[in-house]
Amino acid sequence: MYTQGLDQQEKSEPQQKNPETAEQLEAFQARIDLEEKIEAKDWMPEAYRKTLIRQISQHAHSEIIGMQPEGNWLTRAPSLKRKAILLAKIQDEAGHGLYLYSAAETLGVSRDQMVADLLSGKAKYSSIFNYPTLTWADVGAIGWLVDGAAIMNQIPLCRCSYGPYARAMIRVCKEESFHQRQGFEIMLTLCRGSDEQKAMAQDALNRFWWPSLMMFGPNDSESKHSAQSMAWKIKRFSNDELRQKFIDVTVQQAEFLGLKVPDEGLAFDEKSGHYRFSEIDWQEFFDVLAGNGPCNRQRMAKRRKAHEDGAWVREAARAYADKKAAKAA
Amino acid sequence: MTDREWPLYEVFIRTRGGLSHRHAGSLHAADDQMALDHARDTYTRRSEGVSLWVVRSDRIVASDPAETAAFFEPAEDKIYRHPTFYEIPDGVENL
Repeated sequence: MYTQGLDQQEKSEPQQKNPETAEQLEAFQARIDLEEKIEAKDWMPEAYRKTLIRQISQHAHSEIIGMQPEGNWLTRAPSLKRKAILLAKIQDEAGHGLYLYSAAETLGVSRDQMVADLLSGKAKYSSIFNYPTLTWADVGAIGWLVDGAAIMNQIPLCRCSYGPYARAMIRVCKEESFHQRQGFEIMLTLCRGSDEQKAMAQDALNRFWWPSLMMFGPNDSESKHSAQSMAWKIKRFSNDELRQKFIDVTVQQAEFLGLKVPDEGLAFDEKSGHYRFSEIDWQEFFDVLAGNGPCNRQRMAKRRKAHEDGAWVREAARAYADKKAAKAA
Repeated sequence: MTDREWPLYEVFIRTRGGLSHRHAGSLHAADDQMALDHARDTYTRRSEGVSLWVVRSDRIVASDPAETAAFFEPAEDKIYRHPTFYEIPDGVENL
């Protein structure tokens, strides 16, 4: 999902300071098996801490970068109402990033470190945000498909074993459902409009369908580290399970809109009750993850510039706080 | 001027009168007033509260999770603090 790069292990894993005993690991697993929630200062395996830091921070980075494709259409949204709504959605994305950075910090990583990793290009974020928004219909497609896929992943995360992450996800899910409805409503308006508007909606679906499916990560057979995440109840459903669920519900919505899903192999299988679909082009997925998608460089450049341009605000805030503290002393 | 990290604050929200402030999460701010403003913008976009508390995280004193069992042990054997310890005969009302 917003964490799909997770499956690639980091090249240099630092050595552990205190070797973990089998008893400690078993006791921890027993807590997990009892559906107990792990809180910030509880004992946890280093690998549990590290994988969560990576997953949560990647999720946070995705929210922040995700503001860009939609921000691209803010001033050109077709009405004042739609501008206000899109602004609220983008503001929510910023807020989600902030909840997630806060949750990650409870595990011992600093905000500065996470920001630095994003700006240096070291940290990953969801591949979907490296695609451009070429038309207003893309804003609808993002709300409907991208937020829809995110919701599919985020609802189970509300029950993940790590307390601060689960609570942040509950908050996010409450806010996310307006995002998907906003997107669907845009698509519906376009599909009920002129021929050109409907064609624009179809074109958006054509470009965002496959990247949205890729958001769920590699096939289970290729997903080497999922097993540990499942055992520790960080991940509650497999990539393929969530992807299938997404396809099953979304194809019906596309039919309602009168749009065609761009997959010649898509067919409802009576026996299983699910839609069969064509194989995903994983080369595109890995290219985009490796930094060679359409907008990777632009997204990073914009984030770096925003950070640099905002430096004076941070400095001024610090100077003012220091001055007031000195006066009070 | 170094770009020093702003201090961390914990945020507590009272949803409405009659309820306590509950922990909602954390945020970074340069000072107390900014912490309040940021708490409002980050944690109450859906009118979640009528009152906010922000506390510098380094001011919070917490019990040590590693000592939880020993720390809370004194109450464990005082089962007579629970009403279920007491047997009330049938026929006695309002007790």
